[in-house]
Amino acid sequence: MGIELAIRFVVGGAAVSLFALAGGVFKPQSFAGLFGAAPSIALATLVLTIASDGEAFAATESRSMMAGAIALGLSALAASQVMLRWKVPALWAAAMALPVWLGWAFVLWALFLR
Amino acid sequence: MPIRVSLKAIHQTKWHEYALRFVLGGAVTVLTGLIAKEFGPVVGGLFLAFPAILQSTVAQNERHESERKGPDGQDGRAQGTQAAGVDAFGTMLGSAGLAAFAALVWRFLPTHGPLVVLTAATVAWIAVSVIVWWSCRRWVHAVNESFREHPPAAAHSGRGRRARS
Repeated sequence: MGIELAIRFVVGGAAVSLFALAGGVFKPQSFAGLFGAAPSIALATLVLTIASDGEAFAATESRSMMAGAIALGLSALAASQVMLRWKVPALWAAAMALPVWLGWAFVLWALFLR
Repeated sequence: MPIRVSLKAIHQTKWHEYALRFVLGGAVTVLTGLIAKEFGPVVGGLFLAFPAILQSTVAQNERHESERKGPDGQDGRAQGTQAAGVDAFGTMLGSAGLAAFAALVWRFLPTHGPLVVLTAATVAWIAVSVIVWWSCRRWVHAVNESFREHPPAAAHSGRGRRARS
């Protein structure tokens, strides 16, 4: 269990770092932002999940991931609007985006996945 | 502005910012695995799209842009926040690509090889993201052109200028 968690940590950290690095070199800023929605955690998790729990388990996770992606879009939209319209500092706006993501993910789960 | 590659951001990024992303990414991946084990794949799958590095990325972009535009003034900070807002808007557009990635994996993983499906889904993510981004830019450009060719009556007659003064 401990070794599996350590592998997850290293693979996940490396995937997120690589996608973030790739996003950082692109201009304009709106294009670089696309990499904020990169499937970094998904790729790391799915590879390890397929190996440990099989394809069916990973496919079910991917179905829920669609709802998570919609929640990500809505939370990123909220964060961008509070920064662009009300000039809220990025740290606060992004901190606000986390409960927005959780809220929308819960709503979509309750409506379509439960 | 066309898409271009600038390696300056790599040099601007401090080592602790790279470390923070690595730790955040690793922690969320571990958390996702634990949630899936405890609550099952339906709840665990939601967290595959968790905005793990949104906070560190937009805050970092804000700082870099602030330093570039004006290291000492209020204007620099405002430009930095603007850039971070545009970055987050790009993330919103990219979420369509992430949903496409998830849909392909969900639909084809049970019947095709994992390597083929994950590779195709990653290509679909970047393709859908770029198409949505490009379409949005075209739409914004078309709206701006339309305003330039047919300015609103208030601005055309000068009332807009009087209202501001």
